[in-house]
Amino acid sequence: MTALLSVRGLRKAYPGVVANDDVSFTVGKGEVHALLGENGAGKSTLVKMVYGLVKPDEGQMTFNGDIYTPGSPHEARSTGVAMVFQHFSLFEALDVAENVALGMENPPPMRELAASIREVSETYGLPLDPTRLVGDLSAGERQRVEIIRCLLQDPKLLIMDEPTSVLTPQEVDILFETLRKLQAEGTSILYISHKLEEIRSLCDGATILRLGKVVGSCDPRDKSARELAEMMVGTELKTPTSTRHALGDVLLTLKNLSVKSPNPFGTSLKDVSFDVREGEVLGIGGVAGNGQDELLGALSGELLTTSDAVQLKGQAIGHLGPNQRRELGVLAAPEERLGHAAAPDMSLVENAALSGWVRMGLVKNGFIDWSNARSFAEKVIADYDVRTPSSANAARALSGGNLQKFVIGREILQDPDILVVNQPTWGVDASAAASIRQAILDLAAGGAAVVCISQDLDELMEISNRFAALNEGRLSEPRPAQGLTIEEIGLMMGGAHGMEVAHIHEAEGA
Amino acid sequence: MMVRLEKRPTPSKKWAYLTPPIAVIATMIAGGILFAFLGKDPVVAIRTIFWDPVFGEFAFYYRGQLLVKAGPLILIAIGLSLGFKAGIWNIGAEGQYIMGAIFGAAVGLAFYPMEARWLIFPLMIIAGALGGLLWAMIPGILKTRFNTNEILVSLLLVYVAEAILASMSLGLLRNPEGQGFPGSRNLRQYESAANNELIAGWGMHWGVVAAFIAVIFAYILLSRHIMGFNIRLTGESPRAARFAGVNPNRLILFCLGLSGALAGLAGMFEVAGPAGQISIDFNVGYGFTAIIVAFLGRLHPIGILLAGLLMALTYIGGEAAQASLGLPAAAIQAFQGMLLFFLLAFDVLTNFKVRFGREAAA
Repeated sequence: MTALLSVRGLRKAYPGVVANDDVSFTVGKGEVHALLGENGAGKSTLVKMVYGLVKPDEGQMTFNGDIYTPGSPHEARSTGVAMVFQHFSLFEALDVAENVALGMENPPPMRELAASIREVSETYGLPLDPTRLVGDLSAGERQRVEIIRCLLQDPKLLIMDEPTSVLTPQEVDILFETLRKLQAEGTSILYISHKLEEIRSLCDGATILRLGKVVGSCDPRDKSARELAEMMVGTELKTPTSTRHALGDVLLTLKNLSVKSPNPFGTSLKDVSFDVREGEVLGIGGVAGNGQDELLGALSGELLTTSDAVQLKGQAIGHLGPNQRRELGVLAAPEERLGHAAAPDMSLVENAALSGWVRMGLVKNGFIDWSNARSFAEKVIADYDVRTPSSANAARALSGGNLQKFVIGREILQDPDILVVNQPTWGVDASAAASIRQAILDLAAGGAAVVCISQDLDELMEISNRFAALNEGRLSEPRPAQGLTIEEIGLMMGGAHGMEVAHIHEAEGA
Repeated sequence: MMVRLEKRPTPSKKWAYLTPPIAVIATMIAGGILFAFLGKDPVVAIRTIFWDPVFGEFAFYYRGQLLVKAGPLILIAIGLSLGFKAGIWNIGAEGQYIMGAIFGAAVGLAFYPMEARWLIFPLMIIAGALGGLLWAMIPGILKTRFNTNEILVSLLLVYVAEAILASMSLGLLRNPEGQGFPGSRNLRQYESAANNELIAGWGMHWGVVAAFIAVIFAYILLSRHIMGFNIRLTGESPRAARFAGVNPNRLILFCLGLSGALAGLAGMFEVAGPAGQISIDFNVGYGFTAIIVAFLGRLHPIGILLAGLLMALTYIGGEAAQASLGLPAAAIQAFQGMLLFFLLAFDVLTNFKVRFGREAAA
C-alpha cells in the first residue's frame, strides 16, 4: 500500500501545554486509519494541522509524495483533503442543497446540485432529500449533509472527527457501509474516535496518542478492545464490579412529565414516565439533544413542573426548587462541569458549599461556615482521589476527570436517596471513569436510587439494572438491561432517523 | 516588531490589584497633556488637583470637603457593586439618589416646624431609603416580569426623576416664605431634620457614617453570608447559581432594591446636610460617578472606600483648579471619564499577556 498522507515529527505547542510532540504516522491509499486517544491526547489538534486550520510549529507532511503545507482549509480542500467536524456548521433556516452550496468553492446551479446530491446520497446509501430544511433534520441526518458536502468535492482523504457520538447504532451501521464503500473506491479515511469496538470493526491501521505523543501503532483488528484501551491509558484497567442486591421500594416516580424547554433550541419533554427503586440504577440513553438536559433539570429542580409529575416516595415534589429537593435527599450532578455543576473561578471549597450547604449544614443563620465547608471539600478530595494541590484551587484549574470526580464525590458524600447524573464520565480518562462508575454502583448497593443519563451505551450497559432511551423528548418504556441487544437499544433510541425501508436494503446490499 | 495579546488561562490576581493605580497614573499623564493644551502648566494643575487639597495651604478647608464628597460616592458605589458583581446593571443610581432626597425632604418638611429630632430624623432616613428603593424597583419588576433591560430602564428613569425634582422645587416642596424662588426650605436650619457635621471641620455627617457602615456590611455580606455567596456565584456562572438553588428574580430584586435604597439614603443625607434644600440643580452626578468608583475599587468594599476618597479628591481638586487656575468645569469631567477609560483599557492586562516580537512559529 502506497502512502497518501505522511506526517513526520509534527509539533504544536499552546501556552502552557504541548498539544502534539514529534508525531509521525502514515495513511496509505484506501486505508481507514484510526487516531486513537483519550480526550486531551491531541487528536483534534493533529487533524486540524492536516486540514490547514492550525499551523504546526515543527515537522512536515507529504501528500501523494509532494510536500504538503496547507495554509488554510481552502488549500487543504483543493489538495483533496475534506473534513467532517464533530460539531456541524450548518444553517438551520436553509435547506440541504443551500447548505451544501455554501460550503463549495464554485457551486453549480441549484437544480444540478440537487440532482448530484441525490445521486451521491443514493450511491453511498446516505438517504437525504436536498429540499428539506436543515432545522428539521436529526443529528444523524445533519451529519449526512456534511458528509455529502465533502463527497461532492471528490476527496482523496476524508477526515472524520468522532462521527458516531451523535448517532444511533443503526445510523452507525449506515455510516460504516458508506465509509467501506468509499474505501473500496480508493479514498483514504482518517478516523478519530475513542470508541474501541467501532475502530476494531472499521479500521485497517491505528495510531495511538497519549498526552500529545505517539505511543504506539497497530492493526486494531489484531488487538482486543481491552488491549487498545490499555495502550490508550497506559495503565491496566479495572472494570467496575456490581454486587447483586435485591431492589427495594419505589423511591422516585415520574408521571406523565411534560415540560417545555427553557432554551429556544432545546427539546421539550413529552409525557415521560418511569419509576426507580431503592438500589436500582436506571440508565437513560439517547443521542445528544433529545431532552437530556431538560430531564436533569426537571429532576434537580432547576426546571419546575406540575407538582404531581415528579414524586418522591409518593410525595409530589415537581414544584420544589433545587434546595428543597436537596433537603429531601434528591441530588443531581449535571453534565457541564464548568459553569453548571461548578463555578469555574471559585475555589473547591466554595464549589463544595455550592451544592452541599443544605445537607451538610454549612449555613447557620444565613452565614456560611467556611471552616466546615473546607473540611467537606477536603473530604471529597481525599475520598474520591481528586488530584489538586489544595482545596483553595479554582475549579477550572483541575483537569476534566479530576473535576468530575469532585462533582460526583460532592453529591455522593451527601448521602442522597436519589442521585441523578448526566454524562458522569464524559471527557474523563478511562481510569477515572472506572472509579466514577464504581462509586455509582456502590451508592446503589447502599440502597440509593440512581438515574444515569448518558450517551455512552457501553457505560449504561455496564452499570444499569434497567435501560430506557430518550428520543425527541419522549422516553421509551424502561426494559431490563441484561439481555438487551444493540439493535433493540438502537430502536429504542429512534432507530435510523429519516431512513425509508428501501434505502436500508440498498445500504445493506452495497 | 509586533505586539500580541495572549490570553491568560486564568485572570491575573496581580494585575487586578495593579491596574487601578496604573490607571490613576495614566490619567494624571493624559490629564496633564490635556491641561497643557488648555495653556496651563500641567505640573501645577495636577498638584492643584491631587496634592493641595490634602496638604496645601487651604487644606484645613478642603479636608472636610473630602468626606462630604466621598460619603455619597461610597454609599452609592457599595450598593451598585453588589449588583454589578451579579451582572445586574443599575445605571440609574442618580435617579434613585434624587428620589431618596425628595422622599426624605418631604417627610422632614411635612413635620415643619414641629421639633422632635428623635422622631423626624429617623423617619426621614427610612423615607429616603424607601424612595430610592421604590424607584429602583421599577426596572427590577419590569425586568423580572417582562424581561426588559435594566440598563436602559434605570438610566431613562434618571431623567424622569430630574423632571420630578424640578416640579417639586417649583411646586409642592417650594419654600412658601421664599419669595417665589424655586427650592424648598433649608433643612439645615430646621433642627429636627438637619444632617449637620458631627465634628466641626471634619465634614463627617451621618451620611458618611452610613457609608462606612455600608462598607463593613458589604464586606461581611460578600465574604460570609449566603446572599453574598449567591451574588458572586450568579456573576461568575448564572447556570451554576441556578443549580445551587438561587432564584434569579429574587436576586435581581434584592440587588436593585439594595442599591436603590443606598442611593436614596445618600440623597436624603445630602439634602438634609451639605445641599440643605431641594432645588432644581440639586443632583451633581454622584450617581454616575459612583459607577466609576465601583469599578475603580474592583467592586470590592475596601477598594470602593479608597476609590471613593480618590474620586472625591478629583472633585475638590477640580473645584480648586477652577478657582485658582481657571480650568473649565468640563475639563474635570473629562478627567474623571479618562480615569474609567484607562481602568477598562488596562484591565486587558488581567486577562491577557502582552508579548513583543513575532510569533515564534511564523
